[in-house]
Amino acid sequence: MSPVETSVSTQKRRHSLALTVGLLLVGINLAVALLTLFWTPYDPLNASGGRLEAPSLLHWLGTDRLGRDLLTQLMIGARTALLVGTGAVAIGAAIGVSLGVVAAFATRLADDVMAATLDILIAFPTLLLAMLVVAASDSASLWTAILALGLAISAIVARLTRILAKRVLRQDYIVASRTSGTSWAGVVFRHVLPNIWPTLSVNFALQFGLAVIAEASLSYLGLGAPPPNASWGRLLQEAQGTVYTAPIGAIAPGIALVALVIGMNLLADGLRDIADPTRGRSR
Amino acid sequence: MLFVLLRLLPGDPANALLSVGADAVQIEKAREQVGSNLPLWQQFLRFAGSLARFDLGTSFVSGKPVIEEIAARLTVTVPLALMGFVLAILIAVPLGILSAVKADRWYGGLISTVSQLGIAIPVFWVGILLVTVFAVTFRLFPSGGFPRRGWQNEGQALYALALPVMTIGLVMGASLLRYVRSATQDVLGSDYLRTARALGASFPEALIRHGIRNGAVPIVSILGIELATTLLGAVVVERVFALPGLGSMLLLAIEQRDYPNVQGVLFISTLLVLMIGFTADLTQRLIDPRLRERAVGGNA
Repeated sequence: MSPVETSVSTQKRRHSLALTVGLLLVGINLAVALLTLFWTPYDPLNASGGRLEAPSLLHWLGTDRLGRDLLTQLMIGARTALLVGTGAVAIGAAIGVSLGVVAAFATRLADDVMAATLDILIAFPTLLLAMLVVAASDSASLWTAILALGLAISAIVARLTRILAKRVLRQDYIVASRTSGTSWAGVVFRHVLPNIWPTLSVNFALQFGLAVIAEASLSYLGLGAPPPNASWGRLLQEAQGTVYTAPIGAIAPGIALVALVIGMNLLADGLRDIADPTRGRSR
Repeated sequence: MLFVLLRLLPGDPANALLSVGADAVQIEKAREQVGSNLPLWQQFLRFAGSLARFDLGTSFVSGKPVIEEIAARLTVTVPLALMGFVLAILIAVPLGILSAVKADRWYGGLISTVSQLGIAIPVFWVGILLVTVFAVTFRLFPSGGFPRRGWQNEGQALYALALPVMTIGLVMGASLLRYVRSATQDVLGSDYLRTARALGASFPEALIRHGIRNGAVPIVSILGIELATTLLGAVVVERVFALPGLGSMLLLAIEQRDYPNVQGVLFISTLLVLMIGFTADLTQRLIDPRLRERAVGGNA
């Protein structure tokens, strides 16, 4: 049905567009997050206007029920989201990649045990796993949330790494490399990791987006970073109660969140095309 | 495994029974009552033993049997998840096929773009938006809550579930749509479809006759995963709409360190997830005879 000749060029265009838009969305978020380290429109912790003011020139997005500037909260939320995404993916990558590589090298039995354990862990939704880890720690904090999400991500990363690494290890050049005297560690760093890295990095970008959503859900449920850390999830939870009088508070943080996640997903799409030029069509 | 994870939670569950400032004797008594004074392995044996009898213990907090509370809560969560699931299929299957068949038209592209949005939106925000539109602006549906008498008043119960079901249906539908779309694309590029066309079948005829059965196999396994996720993920939607379901029970139990309740909910959800996976497997074999042969070959 679909004429292949024309669709290849349109797809190429669509994908470089995806990369550009993705970079733009994530870039804006990063810029805003960095900006909040030096400057915010108002004091994030104290009231700067009346309660639940409508958007105005002074408060572009209005104020929340405590009279704090919503735009300021939103900007700090960007910082939280990026921190959570980066932290969770970093933890997930560190644990996941090492476990996955070890499993790929391990004996048959150890590998099977690891694979089965990972499958069970993955069957649990990330959010539920994170809820339990947060509950297991005494007090909810930003770091517990990051740790919890990182652990959940590590299971997914480990499974992917294991599969990818095994595929590389079957190649002839690994045997050749071993015969010419390269140690197993050398094989991992010289052949395995460089080969699986492109696919892994695409997955990291996707996991980043999922971590941001999961953190927002945790904060929404009251299991995330406690105040005064602004988080989009908690902003939404607080705004839900006042949605009758100030609907903007229930809309703006969501848009910010979706923009960041879509940005990350587009980035992943674009990265996939760079990583694998042979692949014609993305999902 | 559940047991180990739960015992990692710090704080003695006996604390949940006591008021602040209880003396040592009272503490010891409470510990005896909940069994947390026994060595860990005895606690585990007790747990495993009663599981076999389908006795999930009694709640530390309310003192009621866990299984009763779960049963009551399932009457909210299961209809919620199932109705959302059906709505998601109703959205995803026609739109997914349409967007693959008409990929070169503007609406084909539009559908897949919107579904991209769907996977980037957190469920609870969709819920809040629906509340804003349908409960606040148009006042069509209640913004949350569930009739106290449950399903005795069917109309009201359905009315209360309208927005939550829409929320689940939309979010799940969007992610399902992408799978339906790519399955349809696979079918469209297949040799058997071309053969059928060459033998004189019209395009819709060939698609319905051969496409659906072939395309459905990967979709069914995705459906299973999605349904499981919805059941377990209902915690968020239930929170948005203040529904007394399984998810809100889990959240409350975690906050109160009510181990029997947490354990019970997790046990039942795991059981449900396994059952769904099993059903999905069976359905796939019904659809695709090739899978049956492989299973008979002893390669299960």
